[in-house]
Amino acid sequence: MTKNYLKLQFYSYPRNQAFARDAVAAFCVELNPSLSDLSDVKTAVSEAVTNCTVHAYRDTAGLVTVECEIEDNKLHIKVSDSGQGIEDVEKAVQPFYTSQPSDERSGMGFTIMQTFMDEFSVNSVKGEGTVVYMSKCFKPEVENA
Amino acid sequence: MTVTGYLQANTLYLSLAGEMDECSSREARARCDRLIDENLSAKRIVINLSDVAFMDSTGIGFLIGRYKKAAKMNIPVFIQKPNFAADKILNLSGIYSLIPKAE
Repeated sequence: MTKNYLKLQFYSYPRNQAFARDAVAAFCVELNPSLSDLSDVKTAVSEAVTNCTVHAYRDTAGLVTVECEIEDNKLHIKVSDSGQGIEDVEKAVQPFYTSQPSDERSGMGFTIMQTFMDEFSVNSVKGEGTVVYMSKCFKPEVENA
Repeated sequence: MTVTGYLQANTLYLSLAGEMDECSSREARARCDRLIDENLSAKRIVINLSDVAFMDSTGIGFLIGRYKKAAKMNIPVFIQKPNFAADKILNLSGIYSLIPKAE
C-alpha cells in the first residue's frame, strides 16, 4: 500500500494557476502516469483553481488550498476556498453555464473536471466557500519484459 | 504565451505558443485582436495551436471570442494542429462545428 500526501496553499492570483497544476502533476509522477492521464489531471486542477480566482474570490484575493493524496494507484484531489460560494451548484455544473458571459468564459470548467477525472463532486455554501473533490485511478504500469 | 501572425495568400495565420490559461489568455487576446484589426483584408484566419503545450477551458472561450470578432467581418476561422490534450478539450466543447480544423 503506497500512500503519499501533499498540501499546497496559495493566494488566488492568476499567476499561481500554472504553479498549482504543475505541482500536482509533479506529485503524480510516482504513479507512473501516462501523458494522457497526467494532462487530464493538470487540466482538471487548472479548472478548479481558476474557478477560485474568477468566481470564489472575484476582484479580491484569498487562499486556495489544494490537497492531494495517493492511495495505491488512486489520486485524490481536494481544492477548497473560503470565497463567495455557489448559489446553485446544480446549475453551475451544467455544460456551457457561466455566471460571467461577458468575459469570454466557456462555462466548461466543471464539465471538464467531470469528464477528465473518475470521481467528481462539489460542495458549496453561499458566503462560506466551495470544496471540489476529484479522483482518478491510474492504470498500473505495463511490465516491460 | 506568445502570439505571432502573418498574412499569406489572403490567409491570416495566428500562431500561439506556450500555456493557455486564464492568466496568459488576457495578453494573447489583445495581441490576436490587434493582428486581426491590422489585417482586415484577410479572407480567412487560421489559428495554429501546434506550440500550445497546455490549454484548459480558457482556450475554448478564447477561440470563440476570436471567432465572434471575425464573424462580424465575415471572416471564417480555422483551427490548426492542436496537440492531443487540446484536441480532447476542443472536441468535448463541440467548437469544431463553429471553427473547423484546417489541414
